[in-house]
Amino acid sequence: MNAIEFILSGMLAAATPFLLAALGELVAERAGVLNLGVEGMMALGAALAFIVVYNGGGHFEGFIVAALGGIFVSLLFAFVALGLRANQVATGLAIGILGAGLSAFFGKSYESFTVTGLNQIQIPVLSNIPVVGGLFTQDCIVWLSLLASAGLWYMFAYTKIGLLLRAVGENPKAAQSIGYPVIAIRVGAVAFGGLMAGIAGAYASTVYTPLWADGMIAGRGWIAVALVVFGTWMVGRVFLGACLFGMLSLAGTVVQLTGLAIPSQLLASLPYLVTIIVLGIISSNRRLLKLNGIASLGETYER
Amino acid sequence: MTLILPRLVARERASLSMMIIAPFAALALAAFANFTLYLTLDVDPSAVFYALLIEPFTSWYAFSEVLLKTGPLLLIAQGLAIGFRAKVFNIGAEGQFILGAICASAIPVYAPQASGIWIWPSMLLLGALGGGAWAAITSFWRVRLNANEILVSLMLSLVAVQLLNYLLLGPWKDPMGFNFPQSVMFQYDAMVPTLLPGTRVNISLLFAVGLSLAAWVFMQRSFIGFKLQVGGLAPRAAAYAGFSQGGAIWMSLLIGGCAAGFAGAAEVAGPIGQLQRSISTGYGYAAIIVAYLGGLHPIGILLSSFFMAALYIGGDTAMVSADLPIAGVRVFQGSLLLSYLILATFVRHRLDWPRPSAEIKP
Repeated sequence: MNAIEFILSGMLAAATPFLLAALGELVAERAGVLNLGVEGMMALGAALAFIVVYNGGGHFEGFIVAALGGIFVSLLFAFVALGLRANQVATGLAIGILGAGLSAFFGKSYESFTVTGLNQIQIPVLSNIPVVGGLFTQDCIVWLSLLASAGLWYMFAYTKIGLLLRAVGENPKAAQSIGYPVIAIRVGAVAFGGLMAGIAGAYASTVYTPLWADGMIAGRGWIAVALVVFGTWMVGRVFLGACLFGMLSLAGTVVQLTGLAIPSQLLASLPYLVTIIVLGIISSNRRLLKLNGIASLGETYER
Repeated sequence: MTLILPRLVARERASLSMMIIAPFAALALAAFANFTLYLTLDVDPSAVFYALLIEPFTSWYAFSEVLLKTGPLLLIAQGLAIGFRAKVFNIGAEGQFILGAICASAIPVYAPQASGIWIWPSMLLLGALGGGAWAAITSFWRVRLNANEILVSLMLSLVAVQLLNYLLLGPWKDPMGFNFPQSVMFQYDAMVPTLLPGTRVNISLLFAVGLSLAAWVFMQRSFIGFKLQVGGLAPRAAAYAGFSQGGAIWMSLLIGGCAAGFAGAAEVAGPIGQLQRSISTGYGYAAIIVAYLGGLHPIGILLSSFFMAALYIGGDTAMVSADLPIAGVRVFQGSLLLSYLILATFVRHRLDWPRPSAEIKP
């Protein structure tokens, strides 16, 4: 298998944790809420799902428990940041530290245990094409995450719920004055973000690399937050960004295939360095951010 | 049946008594939440709380270890709080701490035979510069490129960890160190003098207290500190008054970075005595909690850093005596910050219970 085939077949699976978490954060941010606890929610989801799967609960149940864990923690965030109007940045950090701590706490006796992943589903005909065929052999969560991207794109472009979420994020006062419950809509958006982060973590620990290690999320939740900015709050661009980071996380293996002598620590920090550079490039385009940015993002809403 | 929910109403002026009560009430709330967690996990809560909150004060040695841990937390938190008040969210103190430790270690690593009184002061200075330089990257990205400082500073922390690993597994690895990822042990002159004889407490604690006093003068009494605070509270007013936003960001990040870098240098030149992977046990993140718990006020941070240090020492004891997983300390820290944010709401708000209206009664 050459490097291109390897990247094409592995890219989507590597991108899935980024994609799922970023889609969830995208919905929360479109509604005007900045939840920086994604990393912690992912870690908690990863630990819970792993514990369920390891004890024979099955992958589906693992995902459910991880989703519930994510929702629970995100509702805690919503209670403090939306209900009690605390600073969203500080609350997100608190949730992040708490989630990561809980994941290490619960996962302590499972350190470096492994489970089996999920079966791959091949798309007939397409998966037999040379070179790009690997792209069409993926597990079901990858296919579902692609569906989720398409669904969210459709929701924001064509449905009333999508419009409502955007209205609440752009001008909460106006949305409230025409009778929409701003806080309730925002709580729903944040809970969706928690659900997606939990599932993203579950995918990372039970499917993509089916093992548990403390700190295994390794900044992927933070990159997901950055991806929402890269994608300038658009589903399609967030998807492309996730694919880019999927490719980057394969860089280590590809370099081994080509036999180049690059320190492994440099390869490990590649996603972080690329995040910093791309963040600089996109953000310096102030007009782009102003056009696509969310007007009330991170602001406390007081009726 | 309708659920009667109280409404949050803004107070006319912030409640001073609530400001003082909030951290203590937060501790009670966090303790209660963790108590229930321990019960569900078959950990004996009374043994944990005894180890966490009482044991650090039962012996002179344990108490001196608390003072030792207070140093770095106090240094980092004072620096961060200045930025937080200006609404500059530097959450990459962990990376700035690591860079400070790396830069300080350069002297004993490259000149292991050198001696003289100049060595440890230059290490501390180099550490502060290294931490400041690492923070300057975030600052440049924020001011010039308009990038979010939270994400950039955090990513730089993750890069710093990899840089540390690279040095310890590669060029800086001790050739006589049985292949362990650590540098040579530092020579005597590279070690910061101890402050209290018979303990590991060193004079970096004095620097930390000095920085606290300086932070108090700077934030409460100087015009530059005032400009920073206005920039945080009312950015438009600050811009109208001609206070430079970029200047405030640079200053916040450089102060935070230098303080964290200094703390990192003092850690390798103090209790650890070499560069290793575990130079920081999450000080950079814990200091964020310390800063908030101290109400972002220099005096409050003096107390909260001492408390957080005790929690660290107590956590170590609880791991042995009460079989508490070491992650228990992180859970406690996270729930403490969350509890504080819950209670701090009531500094500026109060609950208004809707009165049952007279019409309901027959």
